[in-house]
Amino acid sequence: MSTKSKSIETKTDFNQDERLKKVSKLRLLLNRPELGALGGAILVFIFFGVVAGDTGMFSAYGVLNFLDVSANLGIIAIAAAMLMIGGEFDLSIGSMIGFAGICIAIPAIYWGWPLWMSIIFAFSMAVLVGYFNGILVVRTGLPSFIVTLAMLFILRGATLAITRLITGRTQVPGLRVLIEDDPLAWIFATDTFKWVFTWLGSMNLIALRTDGSPLATGIPPSVIWFIALAIITTWILMKTRYGNWIFASGGDKNGANNVGVPVGRVKISLFIGTAVAATIFATIQVLDAGSADTMRGTLKELEAIAAAVVGGCLLTGGYGSAIGAAFGALIFGTVSMGIFYTDVDTDWFKVFLGAMMLIAVIFNNYIRKKVTESK
Amino acid sequence: MKKIYLTIAALMSWAMMSVAALAVDIIVVSHGQANDPFWSVAKNGVDKACKDMKVSCKYTAPATFDMVEMAKLIDNAVSQKPKGIVITLPDAAALGKSVKAAISSGIPVISMNSGSDDYMKLGISAHVGQTEFEAGVGGGQKMKAAGGKKALCVNHEVGNVALDRRCAGFKKGFGGSVDILGTSNDPTEIQKAVAAKLGGGYDTILTLGAGLAGEAALKALESAGKVGSVKLGTFDMSPGMLKAAAAGKVEFLIDQQQYLQGYLPIAIFSQYMRYGTMPAGVVMTGPGFVTPNNAKDVIKWAAQGYR
Repeated sequence: MSTKSKSIETKTDFNQDERLKKVSKLRLLLNRPELGALGGAILVFIFFGVVAGDTGMFSAYGVLNFLDVSANLGIIAIAAAMLMIGGEFDLSIGSMIGFAGICIAIPAIYWGWPLWMSIIFAFSMAVLVGYFNGILVVRTGLPSFIVTLAMLFILRGATLAITRLITGRTQVPGLRVLIEDDPLAWIFATDTFKWVFTWLGSMNLIALRTDGSPLATGIPPSVIWFIALAIITTWILMKTRYGNWIFASGGDKNGANNVGVPVGRVKISLFIGTAVAATIFATIQVLDAGSADTMRGTLKELEAIAAAVVGGCLLTGGYGSAIGAAFGALIFGTVSMGIFYTDVDTDWFKVFLGAMMLIAVIFNNYIRKKVTESK
Repeated sequence: MKKIYLTIAALMSWAMMSVAALAVDIIVVSHGQANDPFWSVAKNGVDKACKDMKVSCKYTAPATFDMVEMAKLIDNAVSQKPKGIVITLPDAAALGKSVKAAISSGIPVISMNSGSDDYMKLGISAHVGQTEFEAGVGGGQKMKAAGGKKALCVNHEVGNVALDRRCAGFKKGFGGSVDILGTSNDPTEIQKAVAAKLGGGYDTILTLGAGLAGEAALKALESAGKVGSVKLGTFDMSPGMLKAAAAGKVEFLIDQQQYLQGYLPIAIFSQYMRYGTMPAGVVMTGPGFVTPNNAKDVIKWAAQGYR
């Protein structure tokens, strides 16, 4: 940041912009917002490695289990991080998960729609909800905290009301049989790399069922979605003009407006992003569980925001990263599953979870400070 | 600032030393959070049984009523390879895959509280709980013995299959004529609906939930001056209804005794681990009846977390 130290290059290098300060690759890496979250994740793994290394937590089945939990959260955390970088919150993510779930289940079970059509229907509803959130925030200038808090109640209430009205109950089961032969559902419901696990099982390297098949059958779809989303969103944020617009909109709305960034459109698209991510989450869950439930996704919005903050997002916007949120979700998922492998009484679960998050955030903050101080 | 980081580092190492890996015999995965008064009692049953049987156990539950998260907790339990897993089964479709993973990797599973209809299909060894129909029959017989001829079954959650079974069972046990009164779950409406029905010559009323329907029905009886002449019984327990029972205003409360739902699966598993014994089918924990005779004791035990 200091201008004094700028050394004037005398050599003419036409590939290099002489107005830019030269920064080493390592320094660039250390400056990334996700570094602290990466450190926090390593810390968490060391903790459970020491404490619960031999309990089965790090068996193939155990690893896939906490990865699955992390990945599910990661999908919404990444979208929440994008939105937070863009300077807004979405508290309706959790309710959107429940809403999207019944948008898939009710048409498929009660109206006889093919499953792919219900899934597309759910995603269209997500775009509508996201657009509505976005346009309300942009047009009214109200804090997104309030607007989406209202949406949290509206969506959760509508989910319950509609489901009870149509089905008379709060759960809609019976979806699993519809997955087979559906042209779209497999994207959200297929375990991949099964051959790896079959091979590992045949080599007796992982736990087997009594019939000889491996206990862990494949990489769950959430993990694939999670990794793909992390890569795509990181690319968008780092390499595209739209990514720059997101940082600008969150960093300084007026400034961004003045240089011609379509702040409103950027924000609306980010709100659509969180709603769509919630629907990806819901689709994977509904197809995995084989049933939708009006209470699904409760409190997930806070977990997503927590993961984004652990991952280096600032509450004020303009700073953060998608990959950091991914690590944040990994920390959250690992801790929330890991505690069950320790002898901590589960009455203390939330205390433990909160303390671990606090440690991760402070550690994250510490690393970031160290790095920025030593410039 | 530095002090904070030092504290954190100290905390972290303290946590590492004081938290140990779990060596566990039995893992309980329930859908009920320990801060729910009902489930707190069930968890006390688990804790007591583990102490009595000298086995190590762990009670886990999702943070909210979330079947997907619960399925993950069961998966977690499977990867810890305990000697037995106790679950509740409120949604067999969502939990089935995880339950099957446990059983197919050689870990026996017992279900408790909910799931009496589905446990067998999934290959679960035994179920510990109260079946709705049989509990209803028990209530019906009790009312019949008290001299009831014409009864009203108040259903405050029309469409809830479990409540339909309670009424059906009651009808069978009661033998006399039973009418079903469907209401919303609004206490004022329940009270008004029951009051309107009182002129119909009913001598017996059964409500299917204590805190809501039971207390509303009692209010209707009180304002009509018919406490005692019309006998009132209810499913489940609430502080208000317990007090009313102690005062002799209520014939009985049907208690599913969730303390036993926590205790018995642990006791069963610990014997199974030692001698391979396993009961067949459903082990009934209810209906247990709270009557004016024992209501005072039950209130005392409830305060201690056993009822």
